[in-house]
Amino acid sequence: MSEHRITDSLPTGTTVLGADEIIINMGPQHPSTHGVLRVKLKLDGERIVDSECIIGYLHRGVEKIAEHRSYQQFAPYVDRMDYVAAVSNGLGYCEAVEKLLGAEAPIRARVVRTILTELQRIASHLLWLGTHALDIGALTPLFYCFREREEILKIFEKYCGARLTTHAFRIGGLQYETYDGFEAEVKRFCTDFEHRMNEYEELLTENRIWVGRTKGVGILNSADAIALGVTGPVLRASGVQWDIRKAMPYAAYDLYKFEIPTRPTGDTFDRYIVRIEEMRQSRLICLQAIENIPTGPIMARIGKVLKPPPGEVYHGIEAPKGELGYYIVSDGTTQPYRVRVRPPSFINLQAFDKMARGSLVADVVAIIGTIDIVLGEVDR
Amino acid sequence: MNSRMLEEIQPFILPVIYAVVIVAVLPLLAGYIVLLERKVMAHMQARMGPMRVGPHGLLQPIADAVKLLLKEDIIPDKADKLLFWLAPLGSVTMALLAYAALPLGPTFQIADLDVGLLFILAVSSLGIYGIVLGGWASNSHYSLLGALRSAAQLVSYETAAGLALVSGLLLGGSLSMKALVEAQDQIGVWFIFLVPISFFIYMVASIAETNRAPFDLPEAESELVAGYMTEYSGFRWSLYFLAEYANMIVVSGIATTLFLGGWLRPLASVHQHLGLPFEALDILPALIFLGLAAWCAKLAMRQAVPVQKMVMFLFVGLFVVLAGAMAWSLTSPLMAGIHGAFWFIVKVLVYLYGFLWFRFTFPRYRFDQLMKLGWQFLIPLALVNLLMVAIGLLLHQHFGWWLLWTVILSNGLTLLFAAWLGSENAKPSSTEAEALAAASGGK
Repeated sequence: MSEHRITDSLPTGTTVLGADEIIINMGPQHPSTHGVLRVKLKLDGERIVDSECIIGYLHRGVEKIAEHRSYQQFAPYVDRMDYVAAVSNGLGYCEAVEKLLGAEAPIRARVVRTILTELQRIASHLLWLGTHALDIGALTPLFYCFREREEILKIFEKYCGARLTTHAFRIGGLQYETYDGFEAEVKRFCTDFEHRMNEYEELLTENRIWVGRTKGVGILNSADAIALGVTGPVLRASGVQWDIRKAMPYAAYDLYKFEIPTRPTGDTFDRYIVRIEEMRQSRLICLQAIENIPTGPIMARIGKVLKPPPGEVYHGIEAPKGELGYYIVSDGTTQPYRVRVRPPSFINLQAFDKMARGSLVADVVAIIGTIDIVLGEVDR
Repeated sequence: MNSRMLEEIQPFILPVIYAVVIVAVLPLLAGYIVLLERKVMAHMQARMGPMRVGPHGLLQPIADAVKLLLKEDIIPDKADKLLFWLAPLGSVTMALLAYAALPLGPTFQIADLDVGLLFILAVSSLGIYGIVLGGWASNSHYSLLGALRSAAQLVSYETAAGLALVSGLLLGGSLSMKALVEAQDQIGVWFIFLVPISFFIYMVASIAETNRAPFDLPEAESELVAGYMTEYSGFRWSLYFLAEYANMIVVSGIATTLFLGGWLRPLASVHQHLGLPFEALDILPALIFLGLAAWCAKLAMRQAVPVQKMVMFLFVGLFVVLAGAMAWSLTSPLMAGIHGAFWFIVKVLVYLYGFLWFRFTFPRYRFDQLMKLGWQFLIPLALVNLLMVAIGLLLHQHFGWWLLWTVILSNGLTLLFAAWLGSENAKPSSTEAEALAAASGGK
C-alpha cells in the first residue's frame, strides 16, 4: 500500500499550514476592524506570516442603483458610502455632474462648499483619531474627539437639517442659504479647536507608549505607496507631496493658502502626525474662508431636468481619506448610463498586506486604524 | 459540646468570622470598585457614567450582579467541559485565599503567618492556572493567545515585583505582614520614603500582574476580543471578573502593607516628635465620613424622584452611622482595630485610584515592548536597587551613618543607573535597526 498523505486529497495549489502556524479570523464581527472587515491572518506565534482582507459584507450595489435614478435622485446615495464624511462625498458627486453638464457653481456656493467640506475633513479625522487611539488602548481621547465632532455636526444640522448623511449640496450649487450666525459659529469652533488639538497631542504625541506602538509599525515606502495607488494622508505620510486640492484645485481651494503636510517614513506615527497637521490646515482654510464669503447667487442656472450631453467624465476630489473619484458616463438621458466610484478606502486597504506582513497581532489593529477605512465605502 | 472542645475551637472562631466577612463583603466591594472605576472614567472623559440604576448609579453594581447571575451559561461544544468549569473557580479561589494573610488592621487578620508575604505571593501566582486552563479549555484561538500572553506576562513581572518587595523585607527584617507594619511604626517612616524606587517598580509590576491597562494585553479588547474570557459568559465570566478585582485589592494590600505603612495613620508619630499631647488626627475618619454624608445629602436634595431621594438618604444614613462608629471607637479599646482598618482601606483605595488613572491615560503596550520593559528595564533596575538598598542598610546599621544620607545615596545611585539603562534601551537593537533599514530600502 502506498503511503497516503492527507495533503494529496487537497486541490492543487492549496497552501498547507506549517506546524507552528495558526489562522485567525479577525472580523467581520470584531471590535476593532471598524465595521465589517474580515481579516484572515496566518500567524506564526504572534507574528503575521500572511494576511488577507475579505470584504463585501456591506455591499449595497450603490453604483448599480445610480443607473436607475436621475442625477439628482442619486445624490443622497453617495452620502451612504463614506458615511463619516458625507459632505465630501456629496461635493465630489455634485462637481462631477456639473463637469458633465459643463456648468459651474457660483462662487458663493463654492466657498460655502469649501468651508463645509473642510469641517467635514476635521470631523472625519477626529473620528479616526478617537477610534485609532482606542484601538491602541487609549480610552479617553475618543470622548474628547467626539465632543469636538459634535460641534461640527451641530453646524451641519443647523445648515441642512441632518448630522451624518447630510446631502448638503445640490448639483449646480446649494439648496440652502447659510443660516444666521453660521460664520460666527464656524469661527468659534475654529478658535476653540486650536488649543483642544494641543491637548490631544499632549495625551498622545509625546507619550512613550504611543510612540512605541506607532513608530516603525506598518511602514509603507513611497515607491510601494505609488505602486499600490494609495492616496490621501497615507500617501503623504510616505513622503509624496500629492494633494488634489493643490494639484487640481476644485471648489474654492485656489483662493486660500494652506500647506500639504508630509512625513518621510510612512509608518503609523507619520500617518498620525500628517492627519493631525491636516486638521490644523483645515482649520486655517475655514478661518480664511469665513472671513470673506462672497455674496451672490448660490445656484447655477441648470434647469430642473438634467440631461447631460452624451459623454463621460472623471472628477476626483481630496476626500478626508484620499482621492475620491467619480467616473460618470452619460447617454444623454436623465439617468446616468454608468457611475463608477473610486473610493479611497478601498484602494488604501490594498496596502494592508504590505504594511502588516512581519508585524505582530497587536500591530494589525494599529495598521487597520491608520489606513482609516470606512467599510461603507470599501464595499459600496 | 464539652468545655474542652470549646477551648480547642476557641482560637478558630474569630478567624472563621473574619473569613466569612471577607468572602461575603468582597464581591460587593468589587462591584462598588467597578462603579467607582466607571464614575472616575466618566469624569475623566467628560461624561456622566452610570446614572440610571439608583441615584448616580449607586445601585448599578447590584443590578449588574443580578444580570450576570441570570444570564445564560454557555459552554462551547468543543470545550473541555471539566476544565472549562473548574478554571474560573481556581482563579477566584486563589484570589480570595490571599486575603488570609493580609492584615486589615492590627487585630483584623485571619492568620498572622510567619511567611505571610511568601504565602500571598505564592497563592496569587497560582491564580494564573485558572487563566491558562480557562484559555486552553475554551478551544478558541483568541482565548489561547490571551492565556499564553497572560502566563508569560505574569511570570516576567513577578520576578521584578518579588525583587522590589525584597528591599522592603530587608528594611522590615521579617516575612510576617504584621511585623512589617510594626517595623514601619518603630522606624517612624513608611518604607516608601526609604525605598521609593522599589515602590515604583512594584507599582508597575503589580499593574502588569493584575493584567490592567496599560498592560492589559491578555484581554486587549481591540486585539483579542476578551482574551482568555472570550468564550465565558454569565456567572463564570463574573467569577473571572471578581478574581481580577480581588487580585487588584490583594496587590494594593501588599503595597500598602509593605510601603505605605499598612494600618498606620498618616503622620502617626508626629505628636511624639512635636510633643503634642493628643492625637488630633484621629478625628479625621469621623470627619471624612461626615463630609461624605453631607455631600450625599446635598445630592439627595437634588433628586427629582422620591425613591431616588430615599436611596440617597439611605447612603447618608450609612455614612452617618460609620462616622458615629469612628467617633465612638475613639474612646473604646477597639479603636486601634477599627481605625487601622479604615486607614488600610483608604490607602488601598488611593493605590487603586492610581490603577484607574493609568488605565484611562495610557495607550496599551505591545507584547514585545511589555516583555522588553520587564526584562530589560525593571528586572535589572530591581536588582541594582536591591543591592543599593542593602549597601545603604549596611552603612546605616554597621557604620552608623545617618539614615537620611544612606537613603539619598542609595536611591541617587539607583536613579543614575535607571537613567543609563533607559537611554541604553531607547537605542534600537541591531535586529530592529536592520528591519527598519530593510523596510525603508525601497525608497
